Amino acid sequence: MLGRRSVLAMPFLARAAFAQAAARVLVIGGGFGGASAARALRRTDPNVDVTLVESSPVFTSCPFSNEVIVGLREIGQQRFGYQGITAAGIHMVQGTAVSVDPPTRRVTLNDGSVLGYDRLILSPGIDIAYDALPGYSEAAAEVLPHAWKAGDQTLLLRRQLEAMPDGGSVVISAPANPFRCPPGPYERASLIAYYLKTNKPKSKLLLLDAKDTFSKQKLFMSAWAKLYPGLLEWVSLSDGGKVVRVDASTRSFETEFGSHKADVGNVIPPQRAGRIAVVAGVTDKTGWCPIDPVSFESRLVPGIHVIGDAAVAGAMPKSAFAANAQAKACALAVVRMLGGAAPVEPRLVNTCYSLVAPDYGISVAGVYRPVNGLLTDIEGAGGTSPIDAPPETRALEAEYANAWFKTLTSDVFA
Amino acid sequence: MMKLLVLAVVVSMGAVGFAAEPPPGATTCSGCHGPSFMPVNGRASADLSSGMEAFRSGERPSTVMGRLMKGFSPAEIQAIAVWIAEQK
Repeated sequence: MLGRRSVLAMPFLARAAFAQAAARVLVIGGGFGGASAARALRRTDPNVDVTLVESSPVFTSCPFSNEVIVGLREIGQQRFGYQGITAAGIHMVQGTAVSVDPPTRRVTLNDGSVLGYDRLILSPGIDIAYDALPGYSEAAAEVLPHAWKAGDQTLLLRRQLEAMPDGGSVVISAPANPFRCPPGPYERASLIAYYLKTNKPKSKLLLLDAKDTFSKQKLFMSAWAKLYPGLLEWVSLSDGGKVVRVDASTRSFETEFGSHKADVGNVIPPQRAGRIAVVAGVTDKTGWCPIDPVSFESRLVPGIHVIGDAAVAGAMPKSAFAANAQAKACALAVVRMLGGAAPVEPRLVNTCYSLVAPDYGISVAGVYRPVNGLLTDIEGAGGTSPIDAPPETRALEAEYANAWFKTLTSDVFA
Repeated sequence: MMKLLVLAVVVSMGAVGFAAEPPPGATTCSGCHGPSFMPVNGRASADLSSGMEAFRSGERPSTVMGRLMKGFSPAEIQAIAVWIAEQK
């Protein structure tokens, strides 16, 4: 420990000659990625000066927000304050980063204040790509919620479902890859089907998809056939599921094959990396951020690391678990690089649970390593829950899903 | 002088190394395992490594642990077990 600290203290000694103190790492975005990175930095080297910039005073978690939509949880259970982050010795700054100047390593916030950094970690999550779906806009999202950022949108969709009479029609549209939480649209469809079956059994749910395949597909589809026959219909890309335009005034979803009118419409829209990533110049033409898979440093701008949903993480999905794992690996790399050492090749893990019903959980897991510059699945590892598992296994995975949420949120925010 | 200092530090790094630094993959455990759910920190490293090995081989049934452990070699599992045993 002493040996390590002396190594890491080295550049600080050098800097001290120029009357500068500890190395400064600035983290932008206080979600699962950014908050985890800030804490991991402090744990790895308490000498590093860590500042976390986040525009919201309270974090609202997307994982488990599908349960809020159908009344299985309350939004308060999704909310986490930043007191734990502050108590861990991290400077918490409430504000929005509006510009990044890589040559001088400075970030400007919306109130005009300027923060310098030695290394910058961006964990901005996603922005909704309103321009990528004709008819969709911030105003349209007040009628056809996306509920893909948790909070008011989650509650809006919940109220709409509650107000819908029995016999109504719910339409969900799912986007093409890549997007935040690959199994999310299918978990949402499952739980809305559960809600309808329980409360409004004459209703129907139509899931229009811009893809022919999706995460945990066999598990979801076998569960749907068993639990929600005749209630939930999935329309693939090949069967005309791709939504090309929406109309909020009539709550309709237009595909290449026809139009579907909804009583409750949920548009899960195309997405891109959060705005600050674009401003910082770390996004490519796909709208996402290419990174070095060992250090998570941007391939486009040195000194800036990108983690979580905004990053192009190869085979790793855009999930909270992945963001947390990447944050910890990135923090180790950043501390090493600040000390003048080379980052060590990481091994990354992801586990994603989905609930098909409150007592029916399924999972997908993966283990990843950098191969040819991309995080790649380790063959023979990972995969989904068995297709033929007994109900006890499904119940156990539902229980583990809940336990995972409690553990992760306390690991990051407590 | 500066170069000498750097050299000295690099040598000490080789000797003591990043001893307390987590081996690859080890920091992910706390994504699921915490004080209130199947805690692993501080348990004997021999128990941890034999447990992880048993998940890996399938000898011990599991939901996700078997799938995850197949991504690690016995030496990597051993290194993770030693590090987790040292965590509070």
